[in-house]
Amino acid sequence: MSDVVLETVGLRKHYAVRRGLFKPMATVRALDGVSFRLEAGRTLAVVGESGCGKSTLARSVTMIEPPTEGRLLYDGRDLTGRSAPEMKELRRTVQMVFQNPYGSLNPRKTVGSILGEPLVINTGLSKAERRERVLAMMNKVGLRSDQIDRYPHMFSGGQRQRIAIARALMLEPRVVVADEPVSALDVSIQAQVLNLMMDLQEEMKLAYLFISHDLSVVRHLADDVMVMYLGRPVEHGPKDVIYDRPRHPYTRILMAATPRVNPALRGERAVPRGELPSPLNPPPGCPFHKRCPHARPNCATDVPALREVDQRLVACHYAEEMA
Amino acid sequence: MALLDIRNLSVAFTTRAGTFRAVDGIDLSVEEGEVLGIVGESGSGKSVTSLALMGLLPPGSRVTADRLNFAGTDLLSLSPAQRRRVVGKDIAMVFQEPMSSLNPCFTVGFQLGETLKVHEGLSGRALRRRCIELLEQVGIPDPESRLSAFPHQLSGGMSQRVMIAIAVACNPRLLIADEPTTALDVTIQRQILDLLVGLQRDRGMGLILITHDMGVVAETAQRAVVMYAGQVAETRPVEALFTRPRHPYTGALLDALPERALGKRRLPTIPGVVPGIMDRPEGCVFNPRCRFAAARCRSERPALFEVDEGLARCFYPLPDVPLPDGILPGGLHTRGMGQASGEGLGEGAAR
Repeated sequence: MSDVVLETVGLRKHYAVRRGLFKPMATVRALDGVSFRLEAGRTLAVVGESGCGKSTLARSVTMIEPPTEGRLLYDGRDLTGRSAPEMKELRRTVQMVFQNPYGSLNPRKTVGSILGEPLVINTGLSKAERRERVLAMMNKVGLRSDQIDRYPHMFSGGQRQRIAIARALMLEPRVVVADEPVSALDVSIQAQVLNLMMDLQEEMKLAYLFISHDLSVVRHLADDVMVMYLGRPVEHGPKDVIYDRPRHPYTRILMAATPRVNPALRGERAVPRGELPSPLNPPPGCPFHKRCPHARPNCATDVPALREVDQRLVACHYAEEMA
Repeated sequence: MALLDIRNLSVAFTTRAGTFRAVDGIDLSVEEGEVLGIVGESGSGKSVTSLALMGLLPPGSRVTADRLNFAGTDLLSLSPAQRRRVVGKDIAMVFQEPMSSLNPCFTVGFQLGETLKVHEGLSGRALRRRCIELLEQVGIPDPESRLSAFPHQLSGGMSQRVMIAIAVACNPRLLIADEPTTALDVTIQRQILDLLVGLQRDRGMGLILITHDMGVVAETAQRAVVMYAGQVAETRPVEALFTRPRHPYTGALLDALPERALGKRRLPTIPGVVPGIMDRPEGCVFNPRCRFAAARCRSERPALFEVDEGLARCFYPLPDVPLPDGILPGGLHTRGMGQASGEGLGEGAAR
């Protein structure tokens, strides 16, 4: 077996929400059974619309919010039942880059102290050693060493995202979870940050869990793709297989809906019907059947299992016919 | 005559650090029934342009123009009261954030009705009927019960539909949509764009679509304006612009799209950042980031020169370059393209 650095088995995250003073509590299944393996040096992209559970997945995988159910393995080591000091050690392997570089950096701290903080908390390095590591990392992500005493507001959006990436890499993690890292950036800056992420991946053998709604960015960056809908993966497999021959109707609709500059890349103009159903009250059967152009009677009653069809996993009763 | 005709529009903001021209002498025109796309990165002045047109800029801003004509009337010569009769009725606008553009304290019906009361003088049953009709037109299911809904009870897509209903309530002749789908998911974005274009076609409105997403412009507009640092960099029909860009900025922006970099690992980037408030360079505003900048570009400001089918603000417009690897030139023209592009391609191949 190759170098699996992050693995989840049947990961679930349920939230109890109050609907009203006298109504019983309801459960939102934000994440409802997600399993994947991520190897060193590879990128798994998670795509889907808001409310599909992709950010919850990021928060569960990084243990910001521990999952309700399911197993989570860092570097082959199961996290369940670990003591607090063990957890602290394990957590270093998985780090996160957030979407909004304007909100994720403390405006009162200099770049030097933002990047140095993980080292203060997790290592016993001296001040001089920490500074050395900070400068080395700044150099790696393309920031000048004279910028070490500057505050976040003195940087542009792209540079701030470089700082956020540098912070995530300070503890030399094996996995970086990036939640929409470029969606707040302009096109020209987006390209710079994506290039940086790819260079760092090569250099440090990083594995990326790359969460995005932008299918063209995902196509450029990912090795594997997982499409999610209402907390569940609906299609999961190698990028080229999914982009060349999507087999889930939702994947097909997402691809057709993405605006393209190149007319040759535009697909059939299948306009999706309706909107995402409330996760409080998901439809019975296939969660997508109400919006699906190919739905048949049994889609409203039977929940499709995630099964292997044509080199990828897909949760649709009629995946064989979608070609 | 053009529906909207703007010549040499400038918007200056006075700040403590000095005067800053957010929009620097731009020309725009929109024909009746035309969809014009305005693309640009943040800070390019695309939103300020539309706000200036609507008269929605805050005090402290100075709008000057040689001409600001809408349907034959000079907007600059109107008194504020006269202008309010045009804005919101004949020119309407849809904003980016549907959730924050609607007033959370009032129902959908009230906010929609307000426009109709002010501009059309409707009331009572006629007003209600018109409101329901409008919500139906923008594709809101069960419109009657939605009239009494508050904005927080609507999803983002539904809120944007309500915003569009308010904007088109008085049958405007020109609709300005400023990043109407940026906050929405792709499937909802597709629905909203189809709705906007459908309404535009049915009513023969002019539509200005402001966005940073070149895919959106390429798919919906007929003509596009690329803005950079408060100026028009290039303005041409969409097909010509996206297949044969003439301004180096347009070319570089297109190259930076992951969509165009199929098969290549590294994306071509534009070095540096958009110039900020006080550091607009001498000469061409794009020269510090331009791969092709020559001595003349650093000292002299280029005017908008004529290129094939449009204008580009560049001394040395790009020639027909071979398309990036992975995209066959033939592939670009396989789907629903007119004859014009076929000719253009032949010319490109011949060089």
